[in-house]
Amino acid sequence: MMQQTEARYTWGGDEFLFVEIAEGMSLEANFISNSIANALEAKGLPGIIDICPANASLLVRFDPDVLNFAELERAVRGLESEVRASTEKVLETRIIEIPVWYNDPYTNETLSRFREGYHQRPEGNDLDYAAEVNGLADAEEFIKRHHESPWLVSMVGFVAGLPFLYQLVDREQQLQVPKYLSPRTDTPPLTVGYGGCFSCIYSVRGAGGYQMFGVAAAPIFDPAQELDDFSDFMIFFKPGDIVKFKPIDEAEYKRIRAKVDAGTFRYRQAPITFELGAALADPDGYKLSLLEALNDI
Amino acid sequence: MTFDILEPGLSTTVQDRGRIGYYRFGLPQGGSMDQYSATLANRLVGNTVAEAVLECTYIGPKLVTNADAVVAIAGAPVDVFVNGELVPEYERIALKAGDELKFGVIKGGTKYFIAVHGGIDVPEVLGSRSTYPIGAIGGVEGRALSAGDRVPVGASIDNGLPTLECIKDEDRPVYSKDVNVRVMLGLYDHNLSEKGLDSLLNSEWVLTPVADRMGLRYSGPGVEWKDREQPFGAGQDPSNIVDAGYAVGSIQIPGGTQPIILHRDAVSGGGYAMVATVISADMDLVARCAPGTKTRFVAVTMEQALAARHENTVRAARIWS
Repeated sequence: MMQQTEARYTWGGDEFLFVEIAEGMSLEANFISNSIANALEAKGLPGIIDICPANASLLVRFDPDVLNFAELERAVRGLESEVRASTEKVLETRIIEIPVWYNDPYTNETLSRFREGYHQRPEGNDLDYAAEVNGLADAEEFIKRHHESPWLVSMVGFVAGLPFLYQLVDREQQLQVPKYLSPRTDTPPLTVGYGGCFSCIYSVRGAGGYQMFGVAAAPIFDPAQELDDFSDFMIFFKPGDIVKFKPIDEAEYKRIRAKVDAGTFRYRQAPITFELGAALADPDGYKLSLLEALNDI
Repeated sequence: MTFDILEPGLSTTVQDRGRIGYYRFGLPQGGSMDQYSATLANRLVGNTVAEAVLECTYIGPKLVTNADAVVAIAGAPVDVFVNGELVPEYERIALKAGDELKFGVIKGGTKYFIAVHGGIDVPEVLGSRSTYPIGAIGGVEGRALSAGDRVPVGASIDNGLPTLECIKDEDRPVYSKDVNVRVMLGLYDHNLSEKGLDSLLNSEWVLTPVADRMGLRYSGPGVEWKDREQPFGAGQDPSNIVDAGYAVGSIQIPGGTQPIILHRDAVSGGGYAMVATVISADMDLVARCAPGTKTRFVAVTMEQALAARHENTVRAARIWS
């Protein structure tokens, strides 16, 4: 496939510039989107209201009364060239361990209410279906593949603080699972979901179309800002965060919930430097070096 | 002072100009769905454009003020009653402590706004008092009003403008069941076939009852997508894209059947192709549409969109002088 060398620029009405880095998802496209977003932020152009990096695209909201649209496009195109020309593709970020109770009874109860008319495979649960479409032996094998390699937060959005996650493995190793045929009207908060090549963690209760695999034990959106991890901001995830899912059982889930209720829970996390070149050249080796950062805490 | 809520109405929320600058985290801009009507109410009571108001949906609240207050109602046509007596919309109303404000049946549109001098004074969250129910932030405890709520009203302010008793007829919004909504094509419109694009722009679309602060869904002939190989990570349906940020006002057509206009509380991103975006000058017009409204999407250029935006600015400047 030919490499797309220049993004597609288009307008979402008179207040939004949309920049599609690539049609398909890739680590490179996500890296470029985030790098342009960071550079645009640093530039501090008056009239820019919101810079929203997404999986393989970028949405910029601007005030056309302050910033001329053509001037904005010129500025972003300039930054795109700089980002593409830059040889130093590194990201100062952090790795976070997210405890997940996979295949738990709460998730299974919810998904059992949305089978006929909603789901491709009404029999069994969403993990059984995900294993089947990926040619894996069973749900256990799918769960192992889901948590053994780390993920990049490639986008934050949909609803308050919901992370989209892209797994740091070769394209051939990527798990892909279709979304529900028709979206559910209910998804419990902290459900770990999956659609297309993305995993996600639902931050709040609501509708959703991603397959449901389990429940994360600790909050990722805390409007009351009661936990220490939320003292600066009510939303935990930022684009560029690296996530390692940690499978836990019911006993561990309950221990963590008790800590959350007592206000003493903190995520295990460590600062890391993410190098795109190394991640692309040797995904398996690189993932091990990323995970080492969590060993010392 | 407070407004004491006897009956909450169908869905009454605190709104202001919106929570701007947090879209990148998935927090919608929110704010009064029909900004123009909300500002007219604010103008009448001697506020600035920034004060928070109560946004009423179909059925407004029944409330009692515990102190003297100046209020005004603007937006969808509705009968307004003070202590059971009919009073006019779009006019400044002086309430005495203990007066009861309630509403009759809405006669068009879906939303009207109650402004009070001093503004609704709930705490600001991330720079706004707007209610975001899904995230449970803003407004009164992050939710629509309930019976028994005591809604705080702010202290008197001076907006430095002469008192305005009444909004002139020509400045009042129009509620029509037949509208042209101006859009800019773009985003993923190239994924539509020629026939699909023709359907979008040359069909009559009818607003369904599935319409709220998040989005408005239209029925009509549907649209056709181009045949193509879906890119990696996008999903199988031709209306799917790799999940991306959604422009506020953008139109997506899941499955190619019913277009949805995303409005002020919409999700900030997702995996459905957007094919056009309502221009900023027409977002209030969309907010005024009731189910059953016949709608045509009219394509305009960026220059035309900016000219329409400028017209609105000029009109606002006249009212706010």
